[in-house]
Amino acid sequence: MTTLYWEEEIETLPRVGLESVQLTRLKHLVARVYATVAPYRAKMDAAGVKPGDIKTLADLQKLPFTVKDDLRDNYPFGLFTVPMDQVVRVHASSGTTGKPTVVGYTKKDIETWSGVMARALTCAGATSRDMIHNAYGYGLFTGGLGAHYGVERLGATVIPVSGGNTKRQITIMQDFRSSVLLSTPSYALNLADAMVELGVDCKALALRVGIFGAEPWSENMRSEVERKLNIRAVDIYGLSEVMGPGVAMQCLETDRGMHIFEDHFLPEIIDPDTGEVLPPGEKGELVFTTLTKEAFPLIRYRTKDISRLIHEPCACGRTMVRMEKVTGRTDDMLIIRGVNVFPSQVEHVLMGTEGVEPHYQIVVNREGNLDTMAVRVEVSEALFSDEVKTLEKLTRKIQSDIKDMLGVTCKVQLVEPRTIQRSEGKAQRVIDNRKM
Amino acid sequence: MRVEQIAVFLENKSGRLAEITATLAENDINIRALSVADTADFGILRLIVNDVEKAKRVLKANGFTVGGTNVIAVVVDDRSGGLASVLKSIEKADLNVEYMYAFVNKSGENAVLIFRFDEMDKAIAALVQDGFRLLSGEQVCAL
Repeated sequence: MTTLYWEEEIETLPRVGLESVQLTRLKHLVARVYATVAPYRAKMDAAGVKPGDIKTLADLQKLPFTVKDDLRDNYPFGLFTVPMDQVVRVHASSGTTGKPTVVGYTKKDIETWSGVMARALTCAGATSRDMIHNAYGYGLFTGGLGAHYGVERLGATVIPVSGGNTKRQITIMQDFRSSVLLSTPSYALNLADAMVELGVDCKALALRVGIFGAEPWSENMRSEVERKLNIRAVDIYGLSEVMGPGVAMQCLETDRGMHIFEDHFLPEIIDPDTGEVLPPGEKGELVFTTLTKEAFPLIRYRTKDISRLIHEPCACGRTMVRMEKVTGRTDDMLIIRGVNVFPSQVEHVLMGTEGVEPHYQIVVNREGNLDTMAVRVEVSEALFSDEVKTLEKLTRKIQSDIKDMLGVTCKVQLVEPRTIQRSEGKAQRVIDNRKM
Repeated sequence: MRVEQIAVFLENKSGRLAEITATLAENDINIRALSVADTADFGILRLIVNDVEKAKRVLKANGFTVGGTNVIAVVVDDRSGGLASVLKSIEKADLNVEYMYAFVNKSGENAVLIFRFDEMDKAIAALVQDGFRLLSGEQVCAL
């Protein structure tokens, strides 16, 4: 291995040094946010805390949390701390009810992001000599462009292939000699199956390692991907609110956990019910404070992802704490083929469809390697017609509205009234049959 | 001259049709004609019964989604070309059939054709003008 670290000094800094960097940055961040963003100032004033109260890292706990609703309430740019002429890029992810969550980046933010992404790629053993096949979606989603800039920073060659057109992807892998794959784990399995169908031997490819994220995946799935593609499969973590991909990354020395790039993203684990910070090593909700972001910093952002922090030193020599693979959510968010889906978004679409009663159920399955989502809708009298074409037109309309709003293709099934299970008077909205 | 038809939403699962017919039987409702339109995911049962209001009531009470629509019942001789002559008249009037079904009343005598058009009034006028005999709901039930 030629390059073990991207930024060796900071990545292997003794904890005391790292914490001192974090504290300096935290103080600066809190002062800046308090001075520039009215909603943050109002929340801090309400909590009776001033920037000067932050004297140690433990004082972070005095600060109020930021939640997704805060982002929605200040849609689209209300939480940005710099004038728009300094914002060079925006990304967006799906919100819980219609409006997306918008994030912004200054030129320096893009540099920071590219840097942590280059670190992440290096964690997976990638170097400037690699041909990196980036099958994350390009667009408002942070995955594609976030990884892209990281590859360029690393000095490797990026193939901006984005998602879809599997056959062409395989041809490119063969002809361009792709050595590193970036995609969702389910898409990697999809590629593997397509190779079998096309008679392509994965052992004849140059592929060496896959960096997988953007959706939950199990250890079983990891071994399946590794076996089917004859590669090493590693985990990456990120979310658009905090930055995008490159918040945390697994190294090649361990299968247990991802190093959080703590000089930029300060993690906490809290009890999701009480908001109390949990003792080291306990499982709870992951909370991030962005220490260096300019345009859209976040203080104590509740990710709703369930994880735990691993404080034991890692064989790779990095001193940065690891987070365990996300094992669940504190809310009802589903991830369907890499896209965040909230049942409330589906409900929003249905409520906007004339004659549709709010009795619905989302059924998620994994068919082959692909997640499928079906929306079961009870047929009310107002909706019912004796003509097949009218009912089919209705299901197509709901399907296309959901696709427009959520970006996910689903199947709409009309069902008889009162057939959706109700427990204690409340319908069970989601049935997730995926085994993860 | 319209006949009231009831339509019932059917999920594609076994036993639903049996449940509907059992419900109607328990309530002494006689089915005069029926058809099922089915797709991969659901079906629509269309019925002409002797007591429309009662049928709707009991089916709703049993949790079914029930709708009502008007259709046209045309009597033709039970011989080859009976349906063709009606369809010719419809084509001439430039009408679209949404759906249709048929039953033979008494073999060798006459057959009843049930039609749903998107333009019902125009269809009635065209068929009457061409000399076809349309039946009322009571007449269909009295057959």
